[in-house]
Amino acid sequence: MALPFVWLLLFFVVPFIIVLKISFSDIDLAIPPYKPLLEWAAKHTLTIKLNFDNYAFLFTDSLYLHAFVNSVKVAFISTVFCLALGYPMAYGIARARANVRNVLLLLVILPFWTSLLLRVYAWIGLMKANGVINNVLLSLGLIHEPLTMLYTPFAMYVGIVYSYLPFLILPLYSNLEKMDWQLLEAAQDLGCRPWQAFYKITLPLSRNGILAGSMLVFIPATGEFVIPALLGGPNALMIGRVLWDEFFANRAWPVASAVAILMLILLVPFMMWYQSVQARESAGAR
Amino acid sequence: MNQRMSYFILACMSLGLAFLYIPILSMIVFSFNASKLVTVWDSAHSPTLKWYFSLLNNEEILDAAWISAKVAVINASGAVILGTLAGFGLARFHQFRGRFTLNAMTTAPLVMPEVITGLSLLLLFVAMEQLIGWPAGRGITTMTIGHMTFSMAYVTVIVNSRMATFDTALEEAAMDLGARPVKVFFVITLPIIFPAILSGWLLAFTLSWDDLVISSFTSGPGTSTLPMVVFSKVRLGVSPEINVLATLTITVVTAAIIGVNWFVARANKLDAAA
Amino acid sequence: MTSAGGAVKAQPWKDPTARPYVQVDRVCKSFGDFKAVDDVSLKIYKGEIFCLLGASGCGKTTLLRMLGGFETPTSGKIFIDGEDMTGVPPYERPVNMMFQSYALFPHMTVEQNVAFGLKQDRVPKAEIRERVEAMLDLVKLGGFAKRKPQQLSGGQRQRVALARSLVKRPKLLLLDEPLGALDKKLREHTQFELISIQDTLGVTFVVVTHDQEEAMTLASRIGVMNHGEIVQAGTPSEIYEFPSSKFVADFVGSVNMFEGKLIEDEPEFVRIGSEELGGTIYVSHGISAPPEAVVWAAVRPEKIFMSTAAPEGSDNVVRGAVQDIAYLGDLSIYIVKLPTGKVVRVTQPNTSRHAEAIGWDQQVYLSWDASSPVVVTR
Repeated sequence: MALPFVWLLLFFVVPFIIVLKISFSDIDLAIPPYKPLLEWAAKHTLTIKLNFDNYAFLFTDSLYLHAFVNSVKVAFISTVFCLALGYPMAYGIARARANVRNVLLLLVILPFWTSLLLRVYAWIGLMKANGVINNVLLSLGLIHEPLTMLYTPFAMYVGIVYSYLPFLILPLYSNLEKMDWQLLEAAQDLGCRPWQAFYKITLPLSRNGILAGSMLVFIPATGEFVIPALLGGPNALMIGRVLWDEFFANRAWPVASAVAILMLILLVPFMMWYQSVQARESAGAR
Repeated sequence: MNQRMSYFILACMSLGLAFLYIPILSMIVFSFNASKLVTVWDSAHSPTLKWYFSLLNNEEILDAAWISAKVAVINASGAVILGTLAGFGLARFHQFRGRFTLNAMTTAPLVMPEVITGLSLLLLFVAMEQLIGWPAGRGITTMTIGHMTFSMAYVTVIVNSRMATFDTALEEAAMDLGARPVKVFFVITLPIIFPAILSGWLLAFTLSWDDLVISSFTSGPGTSTLPMVVFSKVRLGVSPEINVLATLTITVVTAAIIGVNWFVARANKLDAAA
Repeated sequence: MTSAGGAVKAQPWKDPTARPYVQVDRVCKSFGDFKAVDDVSLKIYKGEIFCLLGASGCGKTTLLRMLGGFETPTSGKIFIDGEDMTGVPPYERPVNMMFQSYALFPHMTVEQNVAFGLKQDRVPKAEIRERVEAMLDLVKLGGFAKRKPQQLSGGQRQRVALARSLVKRPKLLLLDEPLGALDKKLREHTQFELISIQDTLGVTFVVVTHDQEEAMTLASRIGVMNHGEIVQAGTPSEIYEFPSSKFVADFVGSVNMFEGKLIEDEPEFVRIGSEELGGTIYVSHGISAPPEAVVWAAVRPEKIFMSTAAPEGSDNVVRGAVQDIAYLGDLSIYIVKLPTGKVVRVTQPNTSRHAEAIGWDQQVYLSWDASSPVVVTR
């Protein structure tokens, strides 16, 4: 039983400590491209050089600040859209008859199992200047010039909502499935109209599902890299992409590490919130 | 639920499913398009299988696929072992020191952005190489370790939730009849939760097969996985071979899912009646 | 009504020199602050069917699980056949359990399920086959060996569970609500089958149930439990006819309780004055209670006579009006309201069709024998 614990400790927790350490070091034209943190100054003196430059750099250069804010904004809006579309879908699946429900679940899960990369790629083909959407609209005479969809923030939103929709539907469905539908009947019997019953009963009771699903979208979407890279264009500044570019393009490992640490600080409260929602949900189920 | 609500739900459902599937269908359709421009239908020469042949002779893609497969299989098998142990432990023992930590550690990779996980793993490997000389350079080993770390989180969740509906009386009955706890685990518990473990293996395999970010961070020279190759190609725009790859992937995945679903449904009847 | 086995006819619990087969010695079990089992001591003799009877939460299942080794007592000891088994795990005890949910292994056939315990003991294959066959025949599931549990009905699954737990010839068999999942007719039938099997094999049974009818049918002795304690242990007739407290009197069967004070307290009789009743109760045996003590006289509904004419005597007689009648076919239940407001329950067998029919609102006289009331002091 201790094996997974040890594994995670070594390969999950320890790396974060290393990231923290590197975020404080200097960039160096060496392999690996950073100076060591601890140095032997004289024979028996160990010095630690904590370089806060990397963090200072991130806070003062508006690019990074902008990227952080933008990431949160994009993730938040995407989550809202996912909820708007995903909640009715999850609700519909939960209330469907057993065999219909299985088919619907299968249909929702199928894209989830197909490569994200390939599905995002599909949108390139759909949204580019001579892509499918434009071709269809042009041939129908609805527009006279191709719409610019690709490499815009719009494309990025579409991509994120598209990719993360199943992640919202599944936990929400699993929560709604456990609902006692007779509660709605009781409410209606006592005079509530259907929409009211939904608003006063179903919605509050599905709160845990909503939160769980939203976190599963919001947290990873904030750090998303692939979708902004393929669909967003050069102006779509997302922090995940910034980290990637710093690391691979600029070889600036310390700065990339600092970005990672700041991202973590930003996201850990949300992750803990997610954990507590999950704990409450499973405690209720027991 | 009254009529208006049902129509609304139905509308959303249709819209949602269309939204999910139109891109997939478009990729499949255009994989048969002769034009190199992919999205401009060349009615004179389409539909054609020429891109299928071209893909299956593409060495770069085939090599990458082979590497992806190797990593995915080892990853899935390892993740299943680790994840089952963790999931079983979390479900069975409600109080042990470090439970909260283990629980947090196993579910954090589920939500953590991959760039963070990828970066931290690479830095770990570099530091380890400096300190103890292993792993020497990045490659299949480091990629597999990286994949296993996040895959096991998913397997843990699956096994844990399966154990929640597992009748503990079955284990007690086995012990009552003379079997020691370890034997009970292998002879009673494992066979019964096998479908969950199988779906965990498949999920871990798929996650590894499709992974781009963590692979990019933890790979070495000469070890490019399929997603990495695809990514470098699609950065430049559309390519008909990628459409073919997508179609093949979707076909295999669909067949596999339907097959597994049938198997699991059959196996579930075993447990429901127990 | 049969009762358990030949050994029981000898009533070993009355013999102070008899050695108990199972001894529970001042056992307590706490879960955090909650005391599930509170200082329980029991002696169970070989060949008995001992029933632990009580409502949910009274601790009977916890006690059973401690006998099986699934829980360890917080304090106290458990001896089985003279050996201290207190901390011994279930797979090392000569005890087997039949679970409430049956817990049949879904991925094994009936045969494999029953053989499982013998396999753990490394019994040779030929012997396993013999014993499994014999046991399946005993529970009348001879041709079902190759079936899987999902293919069986509830009653058949129960018999497989029974076979599986008996095939190892345990010293003690624990049964957790064995008949709870069966419908009424099947339950009655299975009760008698259980007794017959127990008699044939001579295994000692401890049964947990909340159903007092079940306990009364199956048990050689019953232990009534409440809040983690055994409030009374005795044969079914002892429990029913001579309950030691209000709780037991009320829990097993229905009873009419009349609260009153001792007017006369003699060694051969007592007289109780009850305001509730609006009269006096004369009991033809002595009781031990402090003078002027508040006592309760418990009179069972079937022991009350109902008549339209006034009976003789002034003790054990009261007038009332019939408020409700429930006709159950073999007997009728009459709810009679007394002038004091107290409601009395009377049952009468419908012995003949043309007996004097007593109807609603009719004035009746209720009376009972001096030997019928049981006086309880708590």
